[in-house]
Amino acid sequence: MWMIQMAWKNMWRNRSRTIITMSAIFFAVILSILASSLQDGIFKNLVKNVVSFYTGYVQVHKQGYWNEQILDNSFQSSVYSEKKILVNKYVAGLTARLESFALASSGEITKGCLVVGIDPEKENIITLLKDKVVKGSYLKDNDRAVLLSEGLAERLKLGVNDTLILIGQGYHGATAAGKYLIKGILKFGSPDLNEKALFMPLPIAQDFYGAYGRVTSYVLALNNSGEMQSTATDVGKALGSSFEVMTWEQMIPDIKQHIESDSNSMKNIQGILYMLICFGIFGTLLMMMVERKFEMGMLVAIGMKKKWLIILLLFESVFTVLAGCIFGIIVCIPLVYYLNRNPLKMGGETSKAYEEFGFEPIFPTSIDAANFINQGLIVLVIGLLLSLYPIYKILRLDPVKAMKR
Amino acid sequence: MDTVIDAHNISKVYNPETIPVYAVNNVHLHLKKGEFTALVGPSGSGKTTLLNLIGGLDKPDEGNILINGIDITKLSANDLIDFRLHNIGFVFQSFNLIPVLTAKENVEFIMQLQRINKKQRDERIKQLFKEIDLEDKLNERPSKLSGGQQQRVAVARALASKPKFILADEPTANLDSKSASNLLDIMDKLNREENITFLFSTHDQRVIDRARRVITLVDGRIVSDTAEVSTKHEDADMKH
Repeated sequence: MWMIQMAWKNMWRNRSRTIITMSAIFFAVILSILASSLQDGIFKNLVKNVVSFYTGYVQVHKQGYWNEQILDNSFQSSVYSEKKILVNKYVAGLTARLESFALASSGEITKGCLVVGIDPEKENIITLLKDKVVKGSYLKDNDRAVLLSEGLAERLKLGVNDTLILIGQGYHGATAAGKYLIKGILKFGSPDLNEKALFMPLPIAQDFYGAYGRVTSYVLALNNSGEMQSTATDVGKALGSSFEVMTWEQMIPDIKQHIESDSNSMKNIQGILYMLICFGIFGTLLMMMVERKFEMGMLVAIGMKKKWLIILLLFESVFTVLAGCIFGIIVCIPLVYYLNRNPLKMGGETSKAYEEFGFEPIFPTSIDAANFINQGLIVLVIGLLLSLYPIYKILRLDPVKAMKR
Repeated sequence: MDTVIDAHNISKVYNPETIPVYAVNNVHLHLKKGEFTALVGPSGSGKTTLLNLIGGLDKPDEGNILINGIDITKLSANDLIDFRLHNIGFVFQSFNLIPVLTAKENVEFIMQLQRINKKQRDERIKQLFKEIDLEDKLNERPSKLSGGQQQRVAVARALASKPKFILADEPTANLDSKSASNLLDIMDKLNREENITFLFSTHDQRVIDRARRVITLVDGRIVSDTAEVSTKHEDADMKH
């Protein structure tokens, strides 16, 4: 206890220097946490946007479907299978889809389109499809009608309440044909979806393709996206090898790569911040060792073992670094929380481009505690590693030489 | 009287491979319990080096130093630190108190290193501060004390560990005459009343005059030792 008290007193023997060091750590921790939580928040928002576009966080397919997306790779939907999925504590819900292609026709105009059979209510929970309706109204379970993407509607020169003809190949090669009312027009940020997507209630799609009771995918909603990978693994184990369970990272790897490459750039910036912290702390340690060389020699001369001297200096370093870290974290908590609730907004062309793709043009911060704890710990470890220098000097300390004026 | 310090043929050479300089050259020194000894000599005569060797702060190139029968030249660096803590008290020229600690804490510090319990520490502090007549300065930081007061606290710190002897390197060099005289009174009293052994280097004639034994060093060699003179006189008296 007396060592701690002595370390505390030593820390304040040169008040200005200690305050300067603490301030350097304080500002570095703030910048570091802000950078980290901003990066995390931006990526999480990007993923949320991408996932709510279409894929969801996790999908379940029949084994081999993702490589060959045909109706013959669909599977029989069953309450039993759904229960096996829903029993997982991280799965908040699921919706089934039946997806295939067909030829859409209006008068003399025809266009290939992606037909998606959905459960309108459940689908809306996961992909917020209702919000994308720009004309007309959203589907109901028993509607024999479709929602048409804006680009496809323009191409076919069709609008709400018009009729659309669909022709395609159904399950096991059966002919699929049908005539449907257009109930609404959807606008997607993704040009791909906006040019070819068409949604109809699942039973209508199953009837159209002659795939009664069959679906091509279950799209899962998670209550904790951080547990996505473990959830996918657990669901895969529960369903067995006849199913494939894929995360959004596997289904759209280019987004994951983009996040990873941006992460690396951010790591470089944080690396520079850490270097600044290193210089700040090391400068203090250097000055302290020169200033107290005589005193340290005297302490060893009168009988203080070097290990106690090392512990004393470690306490001093840890207190200084910890104080800077804690103050930095305390100041950062409301700041990060505020920027989470009131995210930075993009302006100009970038904002328009984001909106075009259906992304929110904002830079929210993440309030994940890990960002605070990790940055605090990194700075603490830096402080401790730099303390190896005084330890080295103490181990080599010769009291006679140290006490020479 | 018991022998406290017994140094045989000790030498310390600097630059042994280029131009050897003997800081201490073949010195024999025996100090008994309760002696009050001054080590004198011109600057560069080897006083501080000899004190460093006897205090276990430095190792001789030749010879042995026995403190209470233990050869400290054979101890490892770590064991030497522990040996110093329990056997030797140091008083330095420039006081060297820990600036962030109060006078009381500076004295208590040594006992904390020795893991002496709080009750014993408090009793010892009370006794020591009474002896150095600074009972009213217990909670003052060194910066608030005069040079003389700081050096008295340094003496109390040296005594706190109940050492076998105290080494003082020019303890009055940075003091005015009144403070020096006060300090010498305290050291003298401790020596006479509590039989504490002192060995101190000095240039100060007032200190030399108060010493009961004076050893003179020149170029690292002992050129005179009043104890030997006394012993010879005693031997001569015995023959008569």
